[in-house]
Amino acid sequence: MELNKLTIKEARQKLDKGEISSFDLTKICLDRIKKIDDKVKACITICEKEALEEAKKADEKIKKGEKSDLLGIPYIAKDNILTKGVKTTAASKFLENYIAPYDATIIKKLKNEGAVLLAKSNLDEFAHGASTENSCHRPTHNPWDLERVPGGSSGGSAAAVAADMCIFSLGTDTGGSIRCPAGFCGVVGLKPSYGLASRFGLISMTSSTDVPGPITKTVEDAEIVMGVIMGKDENDATTVEFKNEEKTKNNIKDFKIGIPSEYFDEKVDKKVIDLVKKAIGELEKKGAKVVEISLPHTKYTVPTYYIITPSEISSNLARFDGIRYGVRQGEGDDLENVYLASRGKGFGEEVKRRIMLGTYTLSAGYRDAYYLQAQKVRTKIKEELDFELEKVDCLITPTSPHTAFKIGEQADDPILMYLEDILVSGPSLAGLPAISIPCGEIDGLPVGMQIIGSRLNEKILFNIGNIFQNITDWHIKRPNI
Amino acid sequence: MKLDKKQIKHIASLSKLELTDKELEKYGNQLSDVLGYIDQLKEVDVSDTIPTAQVTGLENVLEEDVVRDWDNKEIDLALNQAPELDGREVKVKRVLE
Repeated sequence: MELNKLTIKEARQKLDKGEISSFDLTKICLDRIKKIDDKVKACITICEKEALEEAKKADEKIKKGEKSDLLGIPYIAKDNILTKGVKTTAASKFLENYIAPYDATIIKKLKNEGAVLLAKSNLDEFAHGASTENSCHRPTHNPWDLERVPGGSSGGSAAAVAADMCIFSLGTDTGGSIRCPAGFCGVVGLKPSYGLASRFGLISMTSSTDVPGPITKTVEDAEIVMGVIMGKDENDATTVEFKNEEKTKNNIKDFKIGIPSEYFDEKVDKKVIDLVKKAIGELEKKGAKVVEISLPHTKYTVPTYYIITPSEISSNLARFDGIRYGVRQGEGDDLENVYLASRGKGFGEEVKRRIMLGTYTLSAGYRDAYYLQAQKVRTKIKEELDFELEKVDCLITPTSPHTAFKIGEQADDPILMYLEDILVSGPSLAGLPAISIPCGEIDGLPVGMQIIGSRLNEKILFNIGNIFQNITDWHIKRPNI
Repeated sequence: MKLDKKQIKHIASLSKLELTDKELEKYGNQLSDVLGYIDQLKEVDVSDTIPTAQVTGLENVLEEDVVRDWDNKEIDLALNQAPELDGREVKVKRVLE
């Protein structure tokens, strides 16, 4: 057994029994990165020295009998999550040399737990994208087919887990950025409820929907990581304290699954629909009840998302002024010139497009027609999802309308790219938890299904996900690379 | 919704982005297309609907207004990110003429 292929749960057992050391596990993951990352291009910065030191410390703690879920487990973090002393570039030229002075709360939690940071992974610049092509460094390639995208924006994190460069990774999800690449790469990706894990130290994109979450090899592992990174944080006023005291259903015969017909219509590849329906059929065979439901506002999720998101981006990215950090450009003493040149030359295409779109939708005379209207439709989308989730335990849908597309294929068509989010942006706008789980393959490319739960009811996703992974083996399949 | 070059220039200037002529043209077309696409939201009846700005249900999250100490080394790390320093102060360009 190659150690880099272990799940968190398997590695934990071996570490605690003394069968392997964190140092060896870390070394093997680093070797794997060195061996294949010139093809996959998932990593931006590799922190070999720091990782090996942390691994040694973890081994000492394990020897002393210390026990914690992620002690000595090597992981990779998306490069828009601040890591003290290790570069955080957000895949932007603007931040190509930026070193954060402090750790994001979730990184601090993982450090306290003894997890070992191996590398920072590639993303669409500032997480703006669904393909990991919009990176100032280079596009990431899908390990299942190197000519294809890994999805995005957490494409580096998902590709790294799929190619066994690490035991798990962290991503961020604003409108699908964990679930989409998890689906395209055949791994598990959890977007938790908004507010469950701290956003402090994430480079802000859309503050009202941004969440950090795990990308893992199994549902069990996603639950383990979430258990560590969640929690109220005094540095993020939108976080909530959550303790699941009620016993959540765990018998498949008690589950009622809702199937929203709008997520299975002509915009989704027929083969994808067939595979997701087959997966739902497996759960039905075991006793789950399945009911068809309707979410009529689904078609408005992408237009709503692409008003709210650029609006918040135009405001959040105003901080990049070339004064306090980042790459300053522009000659002379003119302040305006520094702003214009630093931002104009430092940001990539999609970032500029979104800033301009958001500036427009918030500008005098247009705010009510666009931004306010979108916030109202957001209410409709949220109410509709909440209403249906009172009647059923969860919804199951495809994660993406098709399998991974070819690199460059739709890079110059923003609307086509925005439509990648059509099945994943609804839960983001409503702040609901949603997980993507591998459920099949089409022509050698993985397909993901999305399970959506009611707010703060991650446990139901874990329970159904675990049951599914106990009766199927799609999560065990790995690309030949 | 077709944005003309003057409008695109205005948006770029509000956005504090220096753009080349080629960029102005490209983004002008793309933004017009995107606005045309998102225009469909106007057909949704939201007459009695309250806008959603956040989904947590939290209200008035307050904290004591006190100065918290920050580690000196971290302060140095933060300062070292600035393109121009004057001692331990970040130097800015002249704001007033």
